[in-house]
Amino acid sequence: MAPVLETKGLVKQFGGIVATNDVTLSVEKGARHALIGPNGAGKTTIINMLTGVLRPTAGTILLEGRDITGMEPHKRVQLGIARTFQINQLFADLTPLETIGLAVSERMELGGQWWRLVGSKGIVIDESVEILDRFNLADVMDERTGNLPYGKQRLLEIALAIACRPHVLLLDEPAAGVPEAERRGILDAVAALPSDVTVLLIEHDMDIVFSFADRISVLVNGTLFVEGPPEEVAQDPRVKAVYLGEEAHDA
Amino acid sequence: MSVMANPPPKPLVAKAAAHLASRARWSPLEIAFWLAALASIFLLPSKHLILTEIAILGLFAVSLDLILGYAGIVSLGHAAFFGFGAYVAGILAKYGIIKEPILAMLASGVAAAALGFVTSFLVLRGSDLTRLMVTLGVALVLREIANRLEITGGADGLQGVEMQPILGHFAFDIFGKTAYVYSLIVLFVLFLIARRIVNSPFGLSLRSVKGNPLRASAIGIHVNGRLVAVYTIAAAYAGVAGALLTQSTQFASLSVLDFERSADVMLMLIIGGTGYLYGGMIGAVLFKLVQDYLANVNPQYWQFWLGLGLVMMIMFGRVYGAVIATVIFAICMTTNLPFMHQILFTLVVVAVLGLARPDVLKLTSAITERAVAVQKKLKARFTRQPKGS
Repeated sequence: MAPVLETKGLVKQFGGIVATNDVTLSVEKGARHALIGPNGAGKTTIINMLTGVLRPTAGTILLEGRDITGMEPHKRVQLGIARTFQINQLFADLTPLETIGLAVSERMELGGQWWRLVGSKGIVIDESVEILDRFNLADVMDERTGNLPYGKQRLLEIALAIACRPHVLLLDEPAAGVPEAERRGILDAVAALPSDVTVLLIEHDMDIVFSFADRISVLVNGTLFVEGPPEEVAQDPRVKAVYLGEEAHDA
Repeated sequence: MSVMANPPPKPLVAKAAAHLASRARWSPLEIAFWLAALASIFLLPSKHLILTEIAILGLFAVSLDLILGYAGIVSLGHAAFFGFGAYVAGILAKYGIIKEPILAMLASGVAAAALGFVTSFLVLRGSDLTRLMVTLGVALVLREIANRLEITGGADGLQGVEMQPILGHFAFDIFGKTAYVYSLIVLFVLFLIARRIVNSPFGLSLRSVKGNPLRASAIGIHVNGRLVAVYTIAAAYAGVAGALLTQSTQFASLSVLDFERSADVMLMLIIGGTGYLYGGMIGAVLFKLVQDYLANVNPQYWQFWLGLGLVMMIMFGRVYGAVIATVIFAICMTTNLPFMHQILFTLVVVAVLGLARPDVLKLTSAITERAVAVQKKLKARFTRQPKGS
């Protein structure tokens, strides 16, 4: 199968610090690919380069064979990469319905229209409500996002990325900081993501990684360390030493 | 077009449609506001001159609200566009390039929009602080250019501007009635357009850009494109406001580009509140009336009282701050103290209030709670039955 998302020799330096060191990564179409690694391994830096928030020092990024290394963030979204954030990045003053409607209408290229009132396109409303319903947000769709419980905000974080109808979805620690009671809802939502959407998951929590991923890449100090199917990675002594060893210390 | 696994339940869709439409619905207060403006034409004929000025400043403040309240762009140089529009309108009239005032006003708006478009690229980069510097810088540069050029009349201002009748029919009169009706109509029409803009998908995207530009770009919004667009629109609004000032006073001076003008419009908007379009207009009314009143009773030191009012508003909120400042002012006026003693008295009161601030705030929030409760009771008594239930 052809890779949907590829990086070739990706390097990012902040001053003298090498955050990403020659990362060559390939994500297959429809994959459930996890990128794991200890704190400070450079996982989020890679996401930021993939989405255009950061410009790589060297290397290329290919989306469906097309070089997007220097492309502006919003254009990448239009081409089919969407992401969620480790720390919620939502519009606190908008309601979930407005938030999702915004993403849907932007995707349909209606977002620049100033002569038409919000909510005058049935097709946008239908799809927005369908997404909100699917992510269990329909009951709070007209409340201020900033006032929602954290778990609901976390769901909206994922729903918002899905509203961009991505080919590739980058999930940055979707369950981070979610209280135990609301955790199940998030994991169910992640598990129920459409199978034709390729997912690159960044995660700390080993339970989530091993229950979700069909392929795992381990990143240590900005360098790709090991890559393979979950059972192989779990058995790899180097991974145990570097990564799982550290987990054991944490516990 | 869209492929949906399960179409959403109908009642949910109806609820969503109603929610999205709710922001754009006209409230009775809005209608009352415009009826009051209309009534002022007939009821306050002796005040038309100051009312014209208020309408113009209100439009200017609406312009600032578009960029500050909706897109989060801070500007300390918004007078650049106001002044540019003012001079363009003056030059067009003085040299007979465009004689008809409405056409000249529109041309001034277009000219200011062009300036706004070009300078918008300067405000795209950087933080609020750099934006303050850049906008301030553009206004300063423009002011000195107007000062130096001959076509603007330099430091003497643009004199000998003679206005033709509007549409060839309505001549500007010395009582300012034509000017006021004209300014009010322009304000109303541009307000309607602005109201449409902020309630459109474009307006919603502006609010998202203001709230979180990082996420806005992560859902495919061209953040810089939207900022350029709104900055250009706002510049056109400010340019039209400036043109109205020149046309109604038949004069343009360097004061249209002054830093003070940029600062005043910011004050008006902050007094009235950002992000709902009415704030700028209400702020303009309050600012101008207070300024006019204070300048009459206390011509030398009127800005002292204005400053006191602003400080109190920051300390105790808009409404209570204004009340407290008014009470201090009233006491000083009735006691007829010399100004130095008024200052001393005010400083002592402010110091006491400052120390007792937590208690004062407790008291004011208790009053607010009572007021809200009363309001709720009244609302419950006068609720309209929703249609179709």
